[in-house]
Amino acid sequence: MNRMFAIVEREMRKFFRSPVLMIMSMMLPIVQLIILGHALGGHVTGAHIAVVDEDQGPQAVKVKEAFQAVAVNIATFTTIPYADELSAREDVRTGKVDAAVIIPPQFSRRVYSSNAPRLALVVDNTDQITSGAIEGEMASLVQALNQPVIQDRVIKKVALEIVEIYPYVEYMKYLLAGSIALAMYISVMIGGGMLYIDDKARGVHEGYLVTPISKLELVMGLNIAGAIKAVLSGICLTVIGSLMAGLGVIFHPEALFNLFLLILGTSIAFNGMMFLMMVRVDDPLVPRAMFGVLNTLLFFPSGAISPIGQFPKWLQYLAIVDPFTYAIHGFKSILLKDGGFVSIQTDLAFLFIFGFGTLLIATPLFKRTL
Amino acid sequence: MKRSPETVDSQRSPTAQAPFPAIKVENIVKRYGTFEAVKGVNFEVAEGEIFGLLGPNGAGKSTLIRMMTTLIPVTSGRAIVGGHDVVKEPNEVRNMIGVIPQALTSDQDLTVEENLSIYAKLYSVPRVQREKNIAEVLEAVDLTKWRGAQTKTLSGGMRRRLEIARGLVHDPRIFFLDEPTTGLDPVSRIAVWEMLNNLKKRRNLTMLITTHYMEEADRLCDRIAIVDHGSLVALGTPIELKQSVPGSNVVEVQFNREDDGWKSRLMALTDVTDVQSQSAGVYRVLTSNGSRTTTQLVELAAGLGEELTSLSVQNTSLDDVFVHYTGRQLRDEQVKSVFMMPPRPGAQP
Repeated sequence: MNRMFAIVEREMRKFFRSPVLMIMSMMLPIVQLIILGHALGGHVTGAHIAVVDEDQGPQAVKVKEAFQAVAVNIATFTTIPYADELSAREDVRTGKVDAAVIIPPQFSRRVYSSNAPRLALVVDNTDQITSGAIEGEMASLVQALNQPVIQDRVIKKVALEIVEIYPYVEYMKYLLAGSIALAMYISVMIGGGMLYIDDKARGVHEGYLVTPISKLELVMGLNIAGAIKAVLSGICLTVIGSLMAGLGVIFHPEALFNLFLLILGTSIAFNGMMFLMMVRVDDPLVPRAMFGVLNTLLFFPSGAISPIGQFPKWLQYLAIVDPFTYAIHGFKSILLKDGGFVSIQTDLAFLFIFGFGTLLIATPLFKRTL
Repeated sequence: MKRSPETVDSQRSPTAQAPFPAIKVENIVKRYGTFEAVKGVNFEVAEGEIFGLLGPNGAGKSTLIRMMTTLIPVTSGRAIVGGHDVVKEPNEVRNMIGVIPQALTSDQDLTVEENLSIYAKLYSVPRVQREKNIAEVLEAVDLTKWRGAQTKTLSGGMRRRLEIARGLVHDPRIFFLDEPTTGLDPVSRIAVWEMLNNLKKRRNLTMLITTHYMEEADRLCDRIAIVDHGSLVALGTPIELKQSVPGSNVVEVQFNREDDGWKSRLMALTDVTDVQSQSAGVYRVLTSNGSRTTTQLVELAAGLGEELTSLSVQNTSLDDVFVHYTGRQLRDEQVKSVFMMPPRPGAQP
């Protein structure tokens, strides 16, 4: 046991003396949380729309007032008056404005006579996100304009009433679970996989192998050290990420304990997986080359960014054995729903069984000689 | 003349014939696929002896040392270290040996003391003993005042001394050093030699050193085994090995003009036992009487109206021993192994 703790002591002393690993393991997930959280979760603001009023009637004024209301309130777009349709279309094409609204001649007259009044929206559909946001905003605006002044006493259309059981979850909060798991994965990959192979290449392991340390002591020492590093990364990102995303669940002791169990299970699962993959590798380039591939293959289809159901069947099957899937499900259950221990039981069971199982397979594969 | 391992074994010095050798290697073989890196080597190292394995890069020295230190499996044959078989009782062997690998492997982020402490723990040295041992080895390698310094702040020579201290921290009986002075400047190299000599005297350590430095082997080792292409080609004390080469002196001569006839003319001189042609116009003449051969050589050149560019007389060195037993120079072999370009396709070998 003392020999095993000597390995842990060596790894931890190195880890604390050079905090680069800790910083690097958290940098990518935090940057991702901020950028993706805003890019995919926030709504578009400040788009420019050219407005060509060829009608100049009272209904055209009403439409322009509605545009002004959007510009002042949710600020999805601001309007720029244009004199003619041709220059407005040209400016959409060249990117000077994001869209153009054409209010055709006789628009007001058609509204009053209920003779199929139309507004034209010219969009740059090469930018799906901006054009989608403008289209959505314009659709709701037109719907509002179409509302009758006096509501029918009996609503004739079928309406869907949506009841949300949790408060509105911003995308940044949704993404946090994935960011925590990603930070732990990076910590295991750099602090476990890469350092292990680098040490092998530098001859550090040769130094261990001439001592009477047993194979099990060496494997356990390396993995315990790797797990501690991943747990520390996980805790740091849970706290920092929760504060950034505005999640107060970390201040509840029970949720905090459940989160710790998840972090522990995830770190053991990731370490086991990494050790199994690296146990016979000698080339320092291998873990570096595998880093990106594994990250893409395991992180994205695990429900971190978007639901697992969006991916092709083979990736959905991969997600079943992917520890990321269970880690992210567990973190979401606690961080977003505060679902308690019951909601993470299956995730914890998978993570611990997966972690110890992979270690059990990796240990006999570990070579006690060079 | 090349000697078989059996011949070499029978010519051991008396020190190696102690009843319980510290290291005994019997017909040991290491094979990688079809390539035989070590080909049935036999030798014994006596208690308290410094034994050198001398040979060029790729000769099989490190493979031999790695088999003896349980780092790689033995294909066939037997190695007994400290009375224990390296295959059957690897942990007993590991407990009594200290190993200094070729590379500097101490952790740069840790301090000198932390590096030593972690290795002492890997050998399960009790706390009180650990502190005493660390203080002693630091004193022995003259690093006491650097015990709190981070390893990355030490010079190359100091780091090598730390590696030596690390190998001694559990008080081993047998010490294996794989090219301990490679990469050190001449001053640091001499300091390491002195330190190893002192350690041997103070601790009665048995040491097995691999090296490709002739001078190191000559100054440090009680006995030397010359290894080439995985085989042991000669074994003995440095003096015995030098005496085994015909001729007690080497006259190195360079003629102004190269001529194919020089070799036969030099061989015809009295006392000359061998002539080795080197670069253009340079010859190494092995002779049993250096001064007489020098006189004859000058007279020969004057008689032919030739000019001598340089002339020097030396005693036989381990370089000559190596050339004698392997047919080539150790230094040439190293240079070739580093700089020789691969042959062009279709070129004659």
